[in-house]
Amino acid sequence: MLTFLGKRLLQLVPTLFFVSVMIFVLQHLLPGDPALTIAGEERDPAVLAQIRAQYHLDQPLPQQYLAWVTGVLHGDLGESIRMKESVRNLILAKLPVTLQLAVMAIIIGLSIGLPAGVVAAVRKDSAWDYAASVLALWGRSTPAFWFGILLIFLFSVKLDWLPASGYVRPSEDLLRSLASTIMPAFVLGNVAAAALMRHTRSAMLDALSSDYVRTARAKGLSERAVILKHAMRNALTPVITVGALELGEFLSGTVLTEQIFSIPGVGKLIVDAVFNRDYATVQGVVVATATIYVTLNLIADLLYVLVNPRLRS
Amino acid sequence: MAELAFDATLAQDDAGESASRRALRRLLRRKGAVVGLIVIALFVAAALLAPLIAPYDPAAQGWTAVRKPPSWLHWFGTDDVGRDTLSRVIFGARASLLAGVISVSIAVGIGGPLGMCAGYLGGFVDALISRLTDAMLACPYLILAIALAAFLGPSLGNAMIAIGIAATPVFVRLTRSLVMAVKVEDYVEAARAVGNPRWRIALVHILPNILPGLAVQASLSIAAAIIAEASLSFLGLGQQPPDPSWGSMLNSAQRFLSNAPWLAVFPGLAIFLTVMSFNLLGDGLRDALDPRER
Repeated sequence: MLTFLGKRLLQLVPTLFFVSVMIFVLQHLLPGDPALTIAGEERDPAVLAQIRAQYHLDQPLPQQYLAWVTGVLHGDLGESIRMKESVRNLILAKLPVTLQLAVMAIIIGLSIGLPAGVVAAVRKDSAWDYAASVLALWGRSTPAFWFGILLIFLFSVKLDWLPASGYVRPSEDLLRSLASTIMPAFVLGNVAAAALMRHTRSAMLDALSSDYVRTARAKGLSERAVILKHAMRNALTPVITVGALELGEFLSGTVLTEQIFSIPGVGKLIVDAVFNRDYATVQGVVVATATIYVTLNLIADLLYVLVNPRLRS
Repeated sequence: MAELAFDATLAQDDAGESASRRALRRLLRRKGAVVGLIVIALFVAAALLAPLIAPYDPAAQGWTAVRKPPSWLHWFGTDDVGRDTLSRVIFGARASLLAGVISVSIAVGIGGPLGMCAGYLGGFVDALISRLTDAMLACPYLILAIALAAFLGPSLGNAMIAIGIAATPVFVRLTRSLVMAVKVEDYVEAARAVGNPRWRIALVHILPNILPGLAVQASLSIAAAIIAEASLSFLGLGQQPPDPSWGSMLNSAQRFLSNAPWLAVFPGLAIFLTVMSFNLLGDGLRDALDPRER
């Protein structure tokens, strides 16, 4: 297990190196002098010179990269020009909000996707199977922002049950916090449910046609025991990894969902940064999301090995 | 993606039916795929014939017809400056379909050759391209597209480039795996044994056999690209006003949800139907080309 972990961590080094080069290059995609872009409307030569010195823009590209990547490795993601605060602190302040949404969404996704996938496989080609397929197609094809708008129209405008926007921290008022996040979490959970349902159905169909399930049936076990104890336990192994990877995909989904529901998370941070031309924050969020995504991939791989004893050797 | 690998022995079957004809026959047997094809054809026709079939000029404002609900005069109602929503949905199909096709063409155009080099040449080239692909895949798709669009500047063209670049690693990885599966086939070994140069083996013997797998992924990627374009336009990073796009129409519809909900229904429905159709077509193509389905 330790050897596997060591190998997997070593593989991350070149990946993270290329990620850092790619994000560094992003800044240099900008036409013209990056100092002018960072400075915004400020045109004072002294300020521009200070920015060039601060961001090492007066040095050759390899040295600029080294200075930037050394800062990133020390947790320094730069400073937000608009908010006059360190990008790391901004991300750390917004991350719990996005994390709350992601956890709620994965719970919603699991509680819809898993049972739907199992029922679809057990009752293959029945009305249940077709209904589950329609659910999956809906989840894959519905733009998150449209679904969010429809939910706001129904539950906020028409029924007046839930707030259309805004965010309340769980520490302030748990019920109001749930009310402010349930719609965006459902929008994200809808996408996750579709993916989980497809994977669960496919894994369950494989498991149900395997020899050990046939043997369990031949031994006279009840269908319930065969499905729950034998087929499902094995079928869920790949689903765990999908779940972990879905959590990473939420980082993309939160961008629009947080925007629609005015939730002050990492997704809204990057959109606001884009419109404020706050490129240090854009870069910082991309670095942070890439790091989280790579870490989740690693956790997914480790979970896969942990729950599958055959892979441990 | 191994399931997408095209069985080269499909080239000709016992009855002498060509592989492409058989795949088409199998595709047309799938109701979902046929529905998808019909809806896509309708949207393509609407996009091409937009100036002829749109009842009004999509940019024409009418201050006497502001936020009118659907009626015989305006089937999908009018927006906050009196523009006809149906005409804007019809013209909006142009931006969405164009973005879907062009960004996926960019992704295939860059990802295909890179994946081909990685899979066919192997060694250092493969290691380098694979690590670059891993790095791009480490950034969530939409966040990478938003970051690229932000740095390139807001416009439909730049959004298409950003989505195309963000979608490229999927095609590198898929092409690489398809090439690796095909290059060990007997007919490729035979082509090598008779002295064919590498480029000829790659283009004449390998490429035709990986195209079906790429076509399946392209169809599914067009669906994802249409959602990505709508997302970027929704955020103001894609098609710029007053040119119509489904994403930007939804953005402005958000402000009038309580008194003009139809503004949010029709553009969203158009995105949903187009994306669903490309997903149905992709699923149908995958099943039709899967050797296990024979």
